[in-house]
Amino acid sequence: MNTQATAAPLKNALEVRGLNFYYGKFQGLKNIDLDIAEGHVTAFIGPSGCGKSTLLRALNRMYSLYPGQRAEGQVNFYGDNILDSKQDLNMLRARIGMVFQKPTPFPMSIYDNVAFGVRLYENLNKADMDARVEWALTKAALWNESKDKLNQSGLSLSGGQQQRLCIARSVAVKPSVILFDEPTSALDPISTAKIEDLLHELKSDYTVAIVTHNMQQAARVSDFTAFMYLGELIEFGQTDKIFVKPQRKETEDYITGRFG
Amino acid sequence: MNNEMNAGLYRRRKFVNTLGLTLSMVAMALGLFVLLWILFVLFKNGFAGLSFAIFTESTPAPGSPGGGLANAIVGSLMMIGVTALIATPIGIFAGVYLAEFGDDNKLASITRFVTDIMLSAPSIILGLFVYAILVAQVKHFSGWAGSLALALIAIPVVLRTTENMLRLVPGSLREAAFALGAPHWKVTNYVTLRAARAGVMTGLLLALARISGETAPLLFTALNNQFFSTNMNAPLANLPVVIFQFAMSPYDNWVSLAWAGALLITLAVLVLNIVARVLFRERSSG
Amino acid sequence: MSTPPTTSGMLDPRMMAVVKKQRIQDFLFHKVTMLFAVLVLVALAAILVSLMISAWPAFQKFGISFIWTDEWDIVNENFGAAIAIYGTLVSSVIALLIAVPLAFGIALFLTEMCPTWLRRPLGTAIELLAAVPSIIYGMFGLFIFAPLFADYGQPALQSTLGQMPLIGPMFGGAMNGIGLLAAGLILAFMVLPFIAAVMRDVFEIVPPILRESAYGLGCTTWEVVRYIVLPYTQKGVIGGIMLGLGRALGETMAVTFVIGNSQRISESLFAPGTSIASTLANEFGEADDFHLATLFALGFLLFVITFVVLAIAKIMILRTERAQGAKT
Repeated sequence: MNTQATAAPLKNALEVRGLNFYYGKFQGLKNIDLDIAEGHVTAFIGPSGCGKSTLLRALNRMYSLYPGQRAEGQVNFYGDNILDSKQDLNMLRARIGMVFQKPTPFPMSIYDNVAFGVRLYENLNKADMDARVEWALTKAALWNESKDKLNQSGLSLSGGQQQRLCIARSVAVKPSVILFDEPTSALDPISTAKIEDLLHELKSDYTVAIVTHNMQQAARVSDFTAFMYLGELIEFGQTDKIFVKPQRKETEDYITGRFG
Repeated sequence: MNNEMNAGLYRRRKFVNTLGLTLSMVAMALGLFVLLWILFVLFKNGFAGLSFAIFTESTPAPGSPGGGLANAIVGSLMMIGVTALIATPIGIFAGVYLAEFGDDNKLASITRFVTDIMLSAPSIILGLFVYAILVAQVKHFSGWAGSLALALIAIPVVLRTTENMLRLVPGSLREAAFALGAPHWKVTNYVTLRAARAGVMTGLLLALARISGETAPLLFTALNNQFFSTNMNAPLANLPVVIFQFAMSPYDNWVSLAWAGALLITLAVLVLNIVARVLFRERSSG
Repeated sequence: MSTPPTTSGMLDPRMMAVVKKQRIQDFLFHKVTMLFAVLVLVALAAILVSLMISAWPAFQKFGISFIWTDEWDIVNENFGAAIAIYGTLVSSVIALLIAVPLAFGIALFLTEMCPTWLRRPLGTAIELLAAVPSIIYGMFGLFIFAPLFADYGQPALQSTLGQMPLIGPMFGGAMNGIGLLAAGLILAFMVLPFIAAVMRDVFEIVPPILRESAYGLGCTTWEVVRYIVLPYTQKGVIGGIMLGLGRALGETMAVTFVIGNSQRISESLFAPGTSIASTLANEFGEADDFHLATLFALGFLLFVITFVVLAIAKIMILRTERAQGAKT
């Protein structure tokens, strides 16, 4: 589950350096320094309002949709600072995908949902597209349940299936990194378990960052954990170390349930 | 001593309350009564004037018997069709602008303000305007001018509904599309607008219902035509103006045709309204 | 066919071409939609300008005194807007005097008294009243209402209010069922649904907690509405009333059928008169150049008046919504 640090040095997909984030005048993130390791799962945990979602949404510049929200500092994606104003946002988001808290199937068929992202940047013929859709749905553990109704609306699926559809949609464009913003908080326990299994599978091909308010989930799925509080990064390290022997008192208090 | 005062005060408060609530019920009843009365009168006189000839014959000359409303019906349908073609793209595009780019934007705020005012502006003024810029320039009335005037009435309706419906689409749906790297126009066209399409269609239907009954602007633009014609470039017969001319005339058959025409318009308006509501409720809950 | 991601990082030459195309597309998207929005503003400006230009000969001849001159002599080309303005204002004021209390009652009923299952159908019924085209109201007014008003309504008014000092002459004279009062009454039911809808919408915004705390103190329903709901929504209510006023001022068909279309100001509300919109509708057909310019002048005045009223209404409704947003 939680791999020990291997002898080979970890390559970082994302490196956050001195990140400060502002909602208007309010500072949501204070001087964050953090590495997201390639091919591993990194979890952000902390109480409500600590900034974990803010941090996640900075990684694919989702905040740029809203005037009044801005970030300062550096976020290096394989060496390129994505906070640079010259950064093309569409291209960035095709390389760093996101799955949201509430399942968000588009108002179109299951097939078209998965194909939507692919069609943006690749020109596949029907056979190749069919193969890609099947591949993505298989990766998201949804193929068997959906292969006979690919033409039905994405909204006809159950909540857990819809979320897996959203995962398939993100996977289909083959990004380097996939960000998950509390992906199971709106789902029942069985769907949650299925998605947690998925996260293990995805690790081998993608870098994953996940925000969760469920500590046990973080302990189950992640290799590295970052604990945040009031906009600051309190502690970051390997998951088993954080949960078994946290270095900071705030971390220990949160993990043992003394606050949150 | 205290109890007597309180009892008296309380009785008075109760009385005022009962009076107020009763008057409110009376107001509601009055409103319903008037609606039902108007509809009843309309249906009674309208059906009396209805006949197959309404749809086959054109409007009769003054004093001559019989006749129908065929030319007026066709003319109205043509103008409404053209109006829909003009108002739909303009209203939707402008509505998209307000919804997608309209936060924190001076131009958008002003447009919104002006649109809301135009929504309630006197339609007769819009007819005057089109007369001044079109009819007076080419020196003749036309169906095109009529459609233009009607479009000026319809566009604000389509605009506001489109904007409101787009804003109702949850932000997470938009974000999910952006998160895939989609350009803004694709997010709007394939995701947001699609999700809102039931509401936008409702806006279109309501706009059409609104213009179906408009008379004043047509007086200065399309005017009327006694004969059957499908020429949009000349005065074109239409139901509202026919009703206006026939209703206050001394000829019985004209008055009867006016009622029949009024019934047709009202039926169209009511049907459009009800369809719009049903469509919106069904789609938005699905 | 399980293929892992091909490149780490950003650079992918295939994507560069697509990205460039997307930038142009989004640029066009922004500009084109903005253009259509600007079109709406241009239309408004064009209306004002073209009305002014067409009306210029009249304004030039009569000057500002056009507004209060009560002459309407077509033969000698001596015009004044006062008669039409008087008719417009009086019929609208009468309409509001009747419609506002009725609308308030309906809004109160729908929000406080109506059983939940009945709310939507009754609300829809009121909205359908708004959808009925005004020409229908006009025909109803002329053929159904006017005779009844002449036979029963007007005599009743004349024998009661008509006998009182001061206001008596307002209800005197011939009783034909048409006239300013009749127009005001028909207009009242035309604008009633709009005002009622706005009032109901703003009443519904009141937070339930506020109502509940008033009921919790032992207030009657009437007191809750009068002392809690109404003050809380007052700007929105005023906005709704002004919206109704704006519609009443510009209404043509409902008024033209019953106002009598006579170019004079009389003491009695039973006497025929005219409104700006009715004058336009009736005289346009046969107006020659100068007469036409005068009609445009009337139209310009009407547009300005309605614009101001509607702008105030909009501002008031916006203020209520903003206050609600800040409070909740």
